[in-house]
Amino acid sequence: MATTPSQLDQLRPPRPGAPDELLRFEDVSIAFEQPVLDGISFQLARGETKVLLGEAGTGKTLVLKLALGLLKPDSGRITVLGEEVSAMPEQELYGLRRQVGMVFQESALFDSLTVEENVAYRLIEETRTITDEIHARVLEALEFVELGHTYNLFPSELSGGMRRRVAIARAIITQPEILLYDSPTGGLDPVTSNTIIELVVKQRDVYKTGSLLVTHRLQDAFTMASHYFDRKLNKMVPLEDGSTRNVHTTFLILRERKIIFEGTASELLRCHDPYIREYLS
Amino acid sequence: MAISYFSDAVKDKIGAVQDYSLLAGRSISNLFGQPRYYADTLFQADLIGVGSLPIVVLIGLFTGAVLALQTSSTLQQFGSLSLTGQLVSLSMVRELGPVLTGILVAGRNSSGMASELGSMKVTEQIDAMRAMGVDPTKKLVTPRVVATVVMLFFLSIISDLVGLAGGAVVSYALLGLDMNQYWTTAYQALRFGDVFMGLGKPVFFGFIIATVGCYYGMAAKGGTQGVGRATTQAVVSASVLIVVSDFFITKLLIAFFKY
Repeated sequence: MATTPSQLDQLRPPRPGAPDELLRFEDVSIAFEQPVLDGISFQLARGETKVLLGEAGTGKTLVLKLALGLLKPDSGRITVLGEEVSAMPEQELYGLRRQVGMVFQESALFDSLTVEENVAYRLIEETRTITDEIHARVLEALEFVELGHTYNLFPSELSGGMRRRVAIARAIITQPEILLYDSPTGGLDPVTSNTIIELVVKQRDVYKTGSLLVTHRLQDAFTMASHYFDRKLNKMVPLEDGSTRNVHTTFLILRERKIIFEGTASELLRCHDPYIREYLS
Repeated sequence: MAISYFSDAVKDKIGAVQDYSLLAGRSISNLFGQPRYYADTLFQADLIGVGSLPIVVLIGLFTGAVLALQTSSTLQQFGSLSLTGQLVSLSMVRELGPVLTGILVAGRNSSGMASELGSMKVTEQIDAMRAMGVDPTKKLVTPRVVATVVMLFFLSIISDLVGLAGGAVVSYALLGLDMNQYWTTAYQALRFGDVFMGLGKPVFFGFIIATVGCYYGMAAKGGTQGVGRATTQAVVSASVLIVVSDFFITKLLIAFFKY
């Protein structure tokens, strides 16, 4: 990564009075025509990254949408930054959502806006215009994802991987408390996928942002658990053998409406559950 | 099985009416809260008002012209050809101006709103907007409703005027009527109730066009096919609602002004 560390690369202290627990699911269930999630419970601590794994159609994206309050659970409680989103009306959720960044599976960039307007979207909401300060912040966020030169292009002029990186820049520009990634590497080639994962790891290790990452690519999950971002080298490097560095990354595996595993990468590798063994093979 | 299917269908319809009502209500209540999107409203006003102007002028002109042409033979039988101006004036101002303009704008803009918002819905752009703390009903729906109501009001006035002009051209060139007589009868025939009716209807029609277009767009699902379906449904529903509501508004105003 050739990104230059900037003033934003300073560790952001938590807000005064901010809870240590960023996200909590308590016995959450939701059904559409059939039950999709049944009694899901987990917590996400400040600075922690949880990787949500599972087969297609097991409700991984649904977990992210529930966390954002885009959908309401049929039962159970979901708490984000100490506020119960499962009981909040839509109008009250808008304020809370500004503290959460989301990277959608297909990027969900506004196709009639330029890259700069997309990335600055949250900031323009307050000022209604791109000021010099906002322009500088946009460029910095775009530099973070190595796309500083694309600010005046439209999303349709970018490749799939570039769109995904712009989506990451849009999610991080306000330095949210929580980041939710929905299959950020889905459908991308291995090299681009690695670039995206490096950005996710950088966000985790530089800004210490708590995040929930949905993926079905085991390789991405293990890369996150076995690498850290070296700020001196300005790139992602593997953990040395015997390293005691905590990368604050744990795994959740969803299967048939339930969480069947929660733990670290080494615990996952030691797990004897036949399904998990097969899933890992 | 059949009963279950029937009850599900009824539930879906009631649910749709409920969702539409909530969206329509929110589009109004948003006017009384922050933030307000003035730039988006002006952009939509330009798109709806200025964009629809050529077609509204063209249709209004020929509607007035054909109205004069069609009614002249009947009026001539009673020796009342001089009342052509009055007939064109009352028909255009009370009925044809607002209704035709409404249906034209529904065809042009209700479909545009449904397809634009529908595309945003199926590509998760509306979810992205919500995820970034922006209320889509404030950002997308209310500006379209305000712009459509305001612009349809003025478009109807323009349609009435060019319709009268079309009738005047036919009356003068083909029927041999005196121009001064045409405009005098056209003007004198109009009472306050007629003008009120002609200017009140576009407000309702504009609200219907925008809310129906936005509702179908925001409810779109099923990819590009779903967007196409939403677009068609929006035009059909808006047009039908305009014609049906026109009857009830007319009945109400006739009773009110005691025609």
